[in-house]
Amino acid sequence: MSARNIGIVYRKELMDSLRDRRTLISTIVMPLLLIPVMTIGFGSFAISMVKKAQQETPRVMVLGGEDSPKILAAIQRIPGTQFVPPADDYARQISNKVIRAAVRLPAGFAAALQSGEPAHVEIYVYEGELKSEIAGQKLRAFFDDLRQRTIESRLAERNLSPGLLRPFDVAKKNVAPEEKVGAALTSSLLPYMVILMCLTGAMYPAMDLTAGEKERGTMETILTSRVSRIDLVLGKFLLVLTASIATALLAVISMGASSRMAAKMFAGEIPGAAAAQFKLSINPSALVAVFMLVIPVGVLFSSALLAVSLFAKTYKEAQSYISPLMIVVIVPAVASLMPGVDLNWRLALVPILNVSLVSKEIFTGTYHWSLIAAIFASSCVYAGIALAAAVHLFQREDVLFRA
Amino acid sequence: MIEARSLTKIFQDKKRGAVRAVDGVSFRCEPGRIYGLLGANGAGKTTTLRMLATILSPTSGGASVAGFDVVAEPEKARASLGFLSTATALYGRLTAREFIEYFGRLHGLGEDLLRERVEALLTRLEMREFSDRRCDTFSTGMKQKTSIARVLVHDPPVMIFDEPTTGLDVMTARTIVSFIRECRERGKTVIFSTHVMTEAEKLCDRIGIIHGGRLLAEGTLEDLRARQGLHDL
Repeated sequence: MSARNIGIVYRKELMDSLRDRRTLISTIVMPLLLIPVMTIGFGSFAISMVKKAQQETPRVMVLGGEDSPKILAAIQRIPGTQFVPPADDYARQISNKVIRAAVRLPAGFAAALQSGEPAHVEIYVYEGELKSEIAGQKLRAFFDDLRQRTIESRLAERNLSPGLLRPFDVAKKNVAPEEKVGAALTSSLLPYMVILMCLTGAMYPAMDLTAGEKERGTMETILTSRVSRIDLVLGKFLLVLTASIATALLAVISMGASSRMAAKMFAGEIPGAAAAQFKLSINPSALVAVFMLVIPVGVLFSSALLAVSLFAKTYKEAQSYISPLMIVVIVPAVASLMPGVDLNWRLALVPILNVSLVSKEIFTGTYHWSLIAAIFASSCVYAGIALAAAVHLFQREDVLFRA
Repeated sequence: MIEARSLTKIFQDKKRGAVRAVDGVSFRCEPGRIYGLLGANGAGKTTTLRMLATILSPTSGGASVAGFDVVAEPEKARASLGFLSTATALYGRLTAREFIEYFGRLHGLGEDLLRERVEALLTRLEMREFSDRRCDTFSTGMKQKTSIARVLVHDPPVMIFDEPTTGLDVMTARTIVSFIRECRERGKTVIFSTHVMTEAEKLCDRIGIIHGGRLLAEGTLEDLRARQGLHDL
């Protein structure tokens, strides 16, 4: 093994890749363009959708209530709603988005309120459908208010203080540091993005430097030179790793910048807590720690992708091998986003998922040092196995000259 | 010098089982001589030359290139040879100069000597006009000249040409043929494979006829003619 030759191969591959439009797109343009578009674009889209839903006057139906005309009239005065005549197929109309919500008043509702008998009001909505939920909330607010007023009048009738039913107030206040709260959304997404970008950044150069070389006929050219195959594969591997880490780094920078922009842009548009979700305040030491953990992941991806694409005879064939590998990587990365999946000793040994989970913790200021050490060590072992496999495959002529 | 001793290569094929692509091929070629491997497509020429170039390793038998065993000292053997075929392509995104320099560096040339060699090759092969252009913009002739510069940059004593004129236009093929002759004049050991008999007749001092992986006949052009009782092959 010669460090000089590895360096020569690396420098040549770097120069070659920097002149390749496809590599530049996957390594530099993708993270710098895709993330802002996703963060700001998706944010703007979501906000405009919510606004539009809030501005719409929902069509609402009242079922029953003929014996409670005063309440019926009050419901129909709920601002920003349009009432339609009752119909039996209200459920179908809600499902088909003809009307947004319906409310059923029980028979003798007004009388029940007077006499103090229990009564049961039902609000019908299309759960999960934003406009229907907003209409439902308006109806709910009306009945909450009606209930409150009824309680107050009943207490007043009995000369009792309103405080009787409200002995104390409860207020919830946040005491956790800003970086732990504010970055909830972005910090859980960040490790996933870093891992994904690590993979996408390595993908194109790995295919280009192996299957691409076979296809273009340069593999045989380089194999006739003096350089040993181990130096050749290590030089190529270092380039793929560079692309992988560079893409991940650019993704973090891009995500930091776009989340800051998004938080500013959406500050006046949506409530403070929701705007804070876009805010990404990561301290530099957390970033360094996560990057240390991501390096073995980059090594794992770079080696695995090199090994897999070396099997292929053409670039297209390499793509068909790598596509399923993407799913294998994305599943554990996505699993870390699920609520309730917390880091433990067993999960610390699951590649990719372990780094994703621990990064999430590090970004929110929690450092489990023993787990971090275990994750780093296990990731290094996996990376080492993958690299050894790539080097081994490069020595096999049935792989290099697969007919 | 090149010496092949019972070179054998067996490939494992899923459908056909063990395939003897090269079967006990032996020959030698002295410096200042051209040895031609003549055979039809699939005869085993490329596999033989790839074993000599250490790209493939022999299943049995052996070979030496400039005194270096291809199995025991593959890197030293490769350092002593230049391998050119129509399959050895250029890096399209590098310029001709960068491409030649890359191979020079891999062959261990120092920067001063490398610069000197590259300049001399650019002049000798009349490449100055396009030396700083990317290889993917080259005509076939330009590509061949760049490939020739690539195999000459480390000035190896042994040259291996695997069907170097296949698919080339007449002018480019002539450049290659005169380059092969020049190699002989400079005292290099040259192995040349072809399926074109006239090419072998014109260039080679000794010819080996290969078929089905076996070397069927070997000798000078006159020997072979005499053996067959024919005026040409």
